[in-house]
Amino acid sequence: MARPRSSSPHTHSPRSTQWLMLQVLVATVPGLIVLTRLFGIGTLLNILIASVTAIVCEAAILKLRKRPIGFYLRDYSALVTAVLLGLALPPLAPWWLTVTGTAFAIIIAKHLYGGMGYNPFNPAMIGYVVLLISFPLQMSAWLAPAGLLTDGPPAAAPDFMTSLQIVFMGNSIDGFTAATPLDAFKHNSGLLVAQFYEQTPQFAQGHWAGFGWEWVNIAFLLGGIYLLARKVFTWHAPVGMLAGLSVMALFNYDGGSSTSHGSILFHLLSGATMFGAFFIVTDPVTSATSHRGRFIYGVMIGVIVFLIRSWGNYPDALAFAVLLMNFAAPFIDYYTPPRTYGHSKSGTIIHRSKED
Amino acid sequence: MSDVAYGEISRNGLWNNNPALVQLLGLCPLLAVSGSVVNALGLGLATLAVLVGSNIAVSLIRHQVGDAIRTPAFVMIIATFTTCTEMLMKAYTYELYQILGIFIPLIVTNCAILGRAEAFASKQPLLPAAFDGLMMGLGFGAVLLVLGAIREIIGSGTLFANMDLLFGPVASNWGFELFGDGYGFLVMILPPGAFLVTGLLIALKNIIDSRQQARLAKIKTAPLKGSKRVRTTGAIQ
Repeated sequence: MARPRSSSPHTHSPRSTQWLMLQVLVATVPGLIVLTRLFGIGTLLNILIASVTAIVCEAAILKLRKRPIGFYLRDYSALVTAVLLGLALPPLAPWWLTVTGTAFAIIIAKHLYGGMGYNPFNPAMIGYVVLLISFPLQMSAWLAPAGLLTDGPPAAAPDFMTSLQIVFMGNSIDGFTAATPLDAFKHNSGLLVAQFYEQTPQFAQGHWAGFGWEWVNIAFLLGGIYLLARKVFTWHAPVGMLAGLSVMALFNYDGGSSTSHGSILFHLLSGATMFGAFFIVTDPVTSATSHRGRFIYGVMIGVIVFLIRSWGNYPDALAFAVLLMNFAAPFIDYYTPPRTYGHSKSGTIIHRSKED
Repeated sequence: MSDVAYGEISRNGLWNNNPALVQLLGLCPLLAVSGSVVNALGLGLATLAVLVGSNIAVSLIRHQVGDAIRTPAFVMIIATFTTCTEMLMKAYTYELYQILGIFIPLIVTNCAILGRAEAFASKQPLLPAAFDGLMMGLGFGAVLLVLGAIREIIGSGTLFANMDLLFGPVASNWGFELFGDGYGFLVMILPPGAFLVTGLLIALKNIIDSRQQARLAKIKTAPLKGSKRVRTTGAIQ
């Protein structure tokens, strides 16, 4: 029987970039459904605006760079960046906010560094951070999750027409906004955690970590598990991040005194934790390369997220943590090369070259 | 003195060897205070004054100061001129002086100035040295000004705002708002914006240079008229 002679790499995979990106897009669906259920069509509009902007920018830049436009557009990577940014932005963000962030992400964070596969920083997170430090007011205007009981009638997600008006006409959305659980928790002054939970509607009406937001996180966790099951990425980075965050939360949660920093469950199911762990930290381009490296990368992101959440100025910290560790990824790679076949040890690159 | 290439000196200072875009010297003040045109212009003029003064002084003492102690001597000279400039700004543009703050005394540490003293003024007679200081200072100031204008327009939506800080009450209505009230793109005012715009300016300069070179190369390789005999020993020069 004749066998084809084979040389490395020995694992052949019919998977294309396109397939991977499509899987990521599919996996965001549960989170998208929950966000839409809680906040109305705002997130859908975000994604729509971001996608159009991303495709236009990508095509324009590819044309400028004299690259095949159709080929790169069909790998859906620009679309994934747009969808991730759209999910991260507050629902009903004004349209120019989304356009600015997406254009910045695609043009500056992705293409100025060499395009697909060459960007040292996560484009979606760059877009997010630029918006966050430039337009703090608009970026912190989160809606009250539908069904939340405050002083008045239960909050309802704004209907279709209202949403359109807010996004495109710039009508005020003050009537709809409310502090996110992370925000509220940050401003707890002097109450025991149990007391604080009872007094704050966001927590009193939730099950584990704040009304509405816990479901957002669980939905993204489901999407993440789907991606893990399809072997789109390995468990190292997301588990590392959740572990880093949990350990930090464990050490700083003294049973709920007034100076404690939130339980493990609170941190795991708040803000962008699950979204980050499965959709941002797992980006193969900007993270460390080896399994060991990715685990360290994830752990450090979890730790930094906790540090900024607890002692920083911003309520959530995922974007900053990811960008900081993007900086560190080459450094991690340098010290965690995988063991090569035939060599017993995998030290740093320096040590190994001495052995050779 | 007639063989001094003043054209060359000005081309180097303004473009080919621009302190900000090519040598990448003095980036600290360049990035830190280029948030608006008035700040940029203030610091650009101060740097220009120090650069011309120090180049003249260094050129004058170049035969008296030995190699071993030249760096401390240069730094002393630069520090003297910087202090003078600082006092002048304190006297005439006090508010701008307060806004620029630490970055005026920090002109002493601007490597572009020490670099010019070392590389040019200490080896040249008075006039070329002074001219080089002027051109390098103008080159630095021009980049600072462009950077300040771009960051002010994109960052705060104004142009030439608060120019009265530098030119007195006559300039109080020079500024104009481009995008209306409430506009602000904070990242451009913050340090990341400075890095971004500087990077883009350097890229722009490189693009212009490479276009220029391509054009020159085209002219050079254009087929020569005349003999069409085949040459086998290298290209026709």
